[in-house]
Amino acid sequence: MQALIGASLSASFGEVHALVGENGAGKSTLIKALGGRLRPDSGAIEIKEERVSFARPEDAHAYGVRTVFQELTLLPWMTVAENLLIGREPRGPFGLIRRRRTEQEAEALLASLGVEHIDPLALVEDLSLAERQVIEIVRAINARPEILLLDEPTSSLVEREVKWLFREIRKLRDANTCIIFTSHRWNEIRDIADRITVFRGGRHVGTFIEIEESDAVTLMTGRRVEALYPALPPLASDEPALAVNKLTGRRVNDVSFVLKRGELLGVGGLAGHGHRELFFQLFGAERTTSGTISVNGRQVRLKNPRDGIRHGVGLALVPEDRKAEGLLLAVSVRNNLSLSIMRRISHGGVLRFGFERRLAQAIVTRLKVRTPSLGHPVGALSGGNQQKVLIGRWLLAEPRILLLYDITRGVDVATKRELYELIVHLAAQGHSILFYSSDAEELARLSHRVLVMREGRIAAELEEPDITAERVVAAALKDTVDE
Amino acid sequence: MSNAAVAARRNRWSHGLGQNAGFALALVLLAASIVVYCAIYFIAQRRLPGGFELTTTVNNTMPLVFAGVGQAIVVITRGIDLSIGGVIDLTNAIAALYLGDSLLSMAGCSLLVLLVGAACGLFNGLLVTYGRVQPILVTLATLAIFQGLAIRVLPSPGGQVPSEFTAVFANIEAPWSLVYIAIVIGFWFCFRRTSLGVGLYAIGNDELAAQAHAVNVIRTRVAAYVLSGVFAAVAGLFMAASSTSGDALTGNGYTLRSIVAVVLGGVNLFGGRGTPVGAIVGAFISVMIVNILFFAQIDPLYQSFFEGLFLVVAVLASGGVGHFIRARA
Repeated sequence: MQALIGASLSASFGEVHALVGENGAGKSTLIKALGGRLRPDSGAIEIKEERVSFARPEDAHAYGVRTVFQELTLLPWMTVAENLLIGREPRGPFGLIRRRRTEQEAEALLASLGVEHIDPLALVEDLSLAERQVIEIVRAINARPEILLLDEPTSSLVEREVKWLFREIRKLRDANTCIIFTSHRWNEIRDIADRITVFRGGRHVGTFIEIEESDAVTLMTGRRVEALYPALPPLASDEPALAVNKLTGRRVNDVSFVLKRGELLGVGGLAGHGHRELFFQLFGAERTTSGTISVNGRQVRLKNPRDGIRHGVGLALVPEDRKAEGLLLAVSVRNNLSLSIMRRISHGGVLRFGFERRLAQAIVTRLKVRTPSLGHPVGALSGGNQQKVLIGRWLLAEPRILLLYDITRGVDVATKRELYELIVHLAAQGHSILFYSSDAEELARLSHRVLVMREGRIAAELEEPDITAERVVAAALKDTVDE
Repeated sequence: MSNAAVAARRNRWSHGLGQNAGFALALVLLAASIVVYCAIYFIAQRRLPGGFELTTTVNNTMPLVFAGVGQAIVVITRGIDLSIGGVIDLTNAIAALYLGDSLLSMAGCSLLVLLVGAACGLFNGLLVTYGRVQPILVTLATLAIFQGLAIRVLPSPGGQVPSEFTAVFANIEAPWSLVYIAIVIGFWFCFRRTSLGVGLYAIGNDELAAQAHAVNVIRTRVAAYVLSGVFAAVAGLFMAASSTSGDALTGNGYTLRSIVAVVLGGVNLFGGRGTPVGAIVGAFISVMIVNILFFAQIDPLYQSFFEGLFLVVAVLASGGVGHFIRARA
């Protein structure tokens, strides 16, 4: 196996063990091998001193090993109840499944874990990504595992659900379960892990009970990473690049703000409070019902993303559902990059290959995309590099306004830093950037101003030097806390 | 918070309607087509259709009901079975040729026909799973193979089906065939509540996810094609009974008609959504449309034009309505 070279790990029952490392360090591969999804070429897995070999996930299940995977394994057009209990449905006469009982059991299960806000009768398709992840976790916990493997369980969760997950993890740990999880969010790791194992390039680097973030990052990357966040460039002008006035649409209610030239304007808020829709609407990918959008002082109508591109608006968004939006995973880096500028680089409808290659190469070099070649399919790159391709595509379209939607989610520290530098650099060049992040710290450190959304409205506007992660979270939670 | 969250939920009817909008719409379409049919019939004949019309309509629809149910089961797994017409041809030919007058012969021959259907389905299923060939290619090829075999069995229309057999399966006195529909629905009600039934939907939803949930993908998929073959064989048997003889070309239209029935019945061609019961409703809708066109004295040459038009409208509507209902949550 290439992603993992002679890696070793030992974890105990009643322990929360964190695996950290850059993307592509082999954490996910190790989790897959432990969960029976992948067969190691060599080496051994021992559970309670018994040597085991898993050919299929079911083999792992037999040893009490359960996995919550990063890519979701739910059945979208079946109900939450069916998904939770598939294979374990209550049976009645003639061995037939009792559907009403299935629903009741699912309801009881959700209630017992404190997630009764999810309706067992709803289709999974209609749930938010975070809710789906919760369902995955509930499924795994319900199997009463002795060993629970979680591959980046928090990457799609928001504050409240992370708290919920950690409460459940602690309960499991106290019941002597062994929990192994991966994460890129250091404060979470510090919060819950009993021991931390660092991986680099498919190898085990070390296991620690306590380790400072900067030391861990050094171990993960093999070099010292100085300050994670680059300094913000000063705001050059007060000239508005994008002015939004009383914009109203799906989940967006009466939103007004001005994005200045060269400004980094952060948008924060809990999942489902309208920021995602706002980004789509500003890009022309979703209709608005009222309000106006002005680009460079001229009012524009954005009916579809083509209009957005034409008016110099670019949207890079990390797909919530990894495969659904944005990149064509089976297609080459080069074609993915040139997708939005096909018209410009074609001549009489025929693509100019040389021109395309030069442009693509320039972006790959500039953004330090790690790819074996321009012809390599994007799906084979690591998450952080996929994100870079996504941003690169919009840079090629030469937008003056960039909408960046949670581009650093699930990205390792080193790539994060590269992305931060890129963002700051773009702003310094005069690009205006509106960016949403689920990481409050990131918003606080990278923004000139932060707008916090709640229930589709802008609930708070924080300005330097008053921006702190705590203030962002507090503003996002305000009503929820008051309840 | 917990009580408030639970209280804010939609009730099960609202969920059911939103999640089965395609099926609900199919029922509405069927009701509408029956009303229109009755009205046009009344204008043409100065009386309402009676028992005779009901019986003939039901008997005319039965082969499509069986073909549609079989097709739906395969479509739910995200496959498609184009060989249904060929299986009907083959089984119809065998039935017409070998059905004897004795009870033993009738029972034995019927069983043989069902086994032939199952074998055809098994062949499809194995090619799709172990052969790793797309269902559309496999069944397109086997359609031709089964049609060829049928011609070989019964080169020219003929054969003799005992009248008792006709009386049992395609009785023209009363709509007894409705009993078979009840049996099929009962079968489905039970089958849906087995691991195999859940597996059909699971692999139609997402094959990899189904695998992760320990669904035996190969077994489930093969089972779907076998069931489709058996239902096509029942259709062939039924057609032999109702026409009292056999014809190796009789099933040819049924491949496409079964797909139409499936779509009208709200089964999603991308798999995972819909039910064979919907296909039964869809079968009746498509027969009612033909009846309406007939009594409206529309030139038979334009019949398929209107059928196609109607299909497009119905499919667009079912997608839109389902989206609308669920979006209002």
